[in-house]
Amino acid sequence: MVIRMERLKHGLKLYCHYVSISIKSMMQYKTSFFLTALGQFLVSFNVFLGIHFMFLRFHTVNGFTYSEVLLCFSIVLLEFSVAEMIARGFDTFSQMVRTGSFDTILVRPRNEILQVLGSKFELTRIGRMLQATIVFLYAVLHCNVGWNFAKVMTVIFMIVGGTAVFSGLFTVYAAFCFFTLDGLEFMNVFTDGAREFGKYPIGIYGKKMLLFTTFVIPYALVQYYPLLYLTNRTDDVINILIPLCAVFFLIPCYAFWKFGVRHYKSSGS
Amino acid sequence: MITMENVCKSYKVAKRNAGFKAACKAFFHREYEIINALSDVSFTINDGEMVGYIGPNGAGKSSTIKILSGILTPDSGTVLVDGRIPYQDRINHVSNIGVVFGQRSQLWWDVPVIDSFELLRDIYSIPGNLYKNNVEELTELLGLQELLRSPARQLSLGQRMRCEIAASLIHSPKILFLDEPTIGLDAVSKIAVREFIKKQNELHGTTVILTTHDMQDIEALSKRIILVGKGKILLDGSLEEIKKGNANIDETVAELYRSFEI
Amino acid sequence: MRKYLAFFRLRFTMGLQYRTAAIAGMTTQFAWGFMQIMIYKAFYETQPDAFPMTFSATTSYIWLQQAFLALFDAWMMETEIFDSILNGNIAYELCRPIRIYNMWFSRSLANRISRAALRCLPILLIAVFLPYPYGISAPVSVIHFMLFSMTLVLGLLVTVAFCMLIYGLTFLTISPQGLRIMFTSMVELFAGAVIPLPFFPEKVQKIMEILPFAAMQNVALRIYSGSMSATEMEKAVLLQVIWLIILTSGGSLLCRYAEKKITVQGG
Repeated sequence: MVIRMERLKHGLKLYCHYVSISIKSMMQYKTSFFLTALGQFLVSFNVFLGIHFMFLRFHTVNGFTYSEVLLCFSIVLLEFSVAEMIARGFDTFSQMVRTGSFDTILVRPRNEILQVLGSKFELTRIGRMLQATIVFLYAVLHCNVGWNFAKVMTVIFMIVGGTAVFSGLFTVYAAFCFFTLDGLEFMNVFTDGAREFGKYPIGIYGKKMLLFTTFVIPYALVQYYPLLYLTNRTDDVINILIPLCAVFFLIPCYAFWKFGVRHYKSSGS
Repeated sequence: MITMENVCKSYKVAKRNAGFKAACKAFFHREYEIINALSDVSFTINDGEMVGYIGPNGAGKSSTIKILSGILTPDSGTVLVDGRIPYQDRINHVSNIGVVFGQRSQLWWDVPVIDSFELLRDIYSIPGNLYKNNVEELTELLGLQELLRSPARQLSLGQRMRCEIAASLIHSPKILFLDEPTIGLDAVSKIAVREFIKKQNELHGTTVILTTHDMQDIEALSKRIILVGKGKILLDGSLEEIKKGNANIDETVAELYRSFEI
Repeated sequence: MRKYLAFFRLRFTMGLQYRTAAIAGMTTQFAWGFMQIMIYKAFYETQPDAFPMTFSATTSYIWLQQAFLALFDAWMMETEIFDSILNGNIAYELCRPIRIYNMWFSRSLANRISRAALRCLPILLIAVFLPYPYGISAPVSVIHFMLFSMTLVLGLLVTVAFCMLIYGLTFLTISPQGLRIMFTSMVELFAGAVIPLPFFPEKVQKIMEILPFAAMQNVALRIYSGSMSATEMEKAVLLQVIWLIILTSGGSLLCRYAEKKITVQGG
C-alpha cells in the first residue's frame, strides 16, 4: 500500500513535469496557441448559436426550456473539455504510432499512458472550457434549479464522471490505432458526436438511445439522469450518485488499451 | 549478456497493387502476405562487447533491436538480456538499457535540451548526484556546453544527434542500442559520435550494439560483425575474417551481399 | 483538361486504397445524419406549427448534406497548400507551366469531388430506403431535380472559390491559422451547416441569404426538397452566379499579386 502511494505520488510528479514542459513549448508559439484556443471557442460558439436560434423559434423541446438545455449543453461541454485537456494526446496518437515515436515511449521505464498524455497536454482546450463556463453561468442564473449542497455535488459528480467517460473514449480511440490507422474517423461519433449531440438531454432522442447510453456507453449517467434531478423532474437522490458510476467505464477502456499495446508489441505496426 | 535463440518474427502485410482497377478490386477483397522479418536467429553477445549489426534494408535489423529493447514480442524463440526477458518485463528491462533511433527524436522540439534531460531524470528516477555527474561527463565528452541551452529545433542534425546520444545514456545504462546513429551526419559529427561511443565502451564497459549502413562506423567501432539478410544470420565473425587482404570495407560488404544474394 | 482528369483519378484511387477509412467515414456521416434528424423530430413533435419547412424536407436536407459533405465542408481546406505558402515550396509550383490559381482550383475541386463520389452513393442509397418521413423523398419534380444538380455544381464552385480567396489572403498575413479558423466558423454558421437557414429568425435569414455563404450548400439542398418558391430560386441562382464571378476574380487577382510578390522577394 505504502509502495503504491509512493508510486502514485511519483507518477503525479512526473505528469506535472510533463505538463510544465508541454506548456513551455506551447508558449513558444503564442499566436498559434491563442488562435487555436480561439478556434475552440468559435466552434462551440456555433453550436451555442445553433441552440439559441432554434429556441427563438421553438419554446421548449420535450418539455425542456432554453436555459435547461443550456445547462445541459454547458455541463457536457465542460466534461468534454476537461477530458480533452487531459486525454486529447490520444487524438494525435495515430501519428505517434505511424512515425514510430511510440517506440521511444516503450523504451522508457514508465507507464505508457502517463507518457503519451503527458507529452501531449492540450492547454488550447481552454477556449472551449471558457465557452462552457460562460454558458454554464448564464444557465445557472436563468434556471430554476434551487441550488443546494446536493445539487452542487451533482454538478461536480457530473463533471468527474463525464471527464472519465470521455477520457475512456479517447483511450479506446488511441487503442484502435494499434490495429488500424485509417478507420479511426468512426470513433468521432462517440467523442465529438457525443459532445455535439449531448447538447440536448438524451431523453429527446428516444427510448432506445437512452438504453444505449445507459448500458453501453454511459453518457446518460453523466447527462440525462442527474439533469432530471437538477431541473427538479425527480427527487430521487440516487441521481446524485449515478454520474460517479460512469467512472467504472474506464476499466474496460483501460483493458482494451492494454490489449492494444500487447498487439502492437507482437505486430510492430 | 545478451542471448537470442531460434528467434522468429513475421508480419502480415496487406498487398497493394498499382492501378485503378486493382484499387477497386482491393476495396472489396484484400490480399495479405506474410513477411518473415526474422527466421531462426541465434547469437550471444558478451558484456562489454561492441557489435556491428549489418545488412541491407528490410533484412531484420530493426526488428532485432526492437525485440531486444522490449518493443516487439517474437513469435517464437527465447531472448534473454542480463537474465531478463525484455518483452515480459518491459519496465524493469528498459531502465537498464539505452536506445538511440537515428531517425527519431526523443528530445522536445521547442524547449532547451537541458529541459528534456531533466524530464528524463524524473522518468528514470536518477538520483541527484548521479544525474549531475552524468550530465557533466556527457557534456564534456560530447561537447554539449553550447547546446544545452538551445531548443532542439535550432540545432543542426549533428548537434542534435550528440544530444540524443547523451539523452540515451543519462541513466548510465549497461547496454546501448544504436539504430543508425550516424545517418545523415557530416564527417565531423560522425567522427565525434564514433569517438564518443568508443570511449563510453572503454570507460564504463557499456555493451554496444549498432546497426548502420556506414561501413566506416563498423570499421572504427566494432571488432565483431553480424550480417543479416532476409531474416537470417548469414555471418558472425570478426572484421578481419571478413575482410580478405587489404580490400576496401565497402567493397567487401558489397561483395558479401552479392554472394548471399540479398 | 486531361491533366485534371488524371489528377482526379489519382485522388479517387488513393481514396479507394483506404477502404477502412472510407467505410468509417460513411458510417460516421450516417450516424451524424441520424442524430440530427432525431433532434429535429423532437422539435417537430413539441411544436409542429413552428417548423419553417416540412419535416420530410428537413430530413432530405440533412441526408443530402451528409452525402455531399465533402463538396461543401469548410474545414476541408488543403493543408498542403497552406504549408507550401508558409515554407516557400510554392516557388516550385510557380515553375510549372500552369496558372497557379487554375491549378489549385482544379486540385481542390478534384479533391472534393473524388471524396464525395466515394461516399455519397452508399449514404444516398440507404437514406432513400428509410421509411417516410425519415429518408430522402423523391425530388418534387424533374425540373427541381435538374435545378438541384445545377445549383449543386454552382455551390461547389462557390465553395472552392471562397477557399481560394482564403489561400490568397494567406499571402498577406503572417498567420494563416487565424484566418482559417475565423472563416471556417463563419462559413459553417452562415452556409447552413449548423442549422438550415430557414430555421433562423426571418430578419437574420434575409441578410444571410444575400451573403456568399448562402450560395454554397443552402440553395441546392433546399431546391431539392421544394422549399423554395420560383422567384426565390431565380434569385438564389442569380446570386450564386454573381458570387462565383466576384470570388473567382477576387481570388485570381490576389493570386496574381501574390505571384508577383514572391518573384520580387525571391521566395
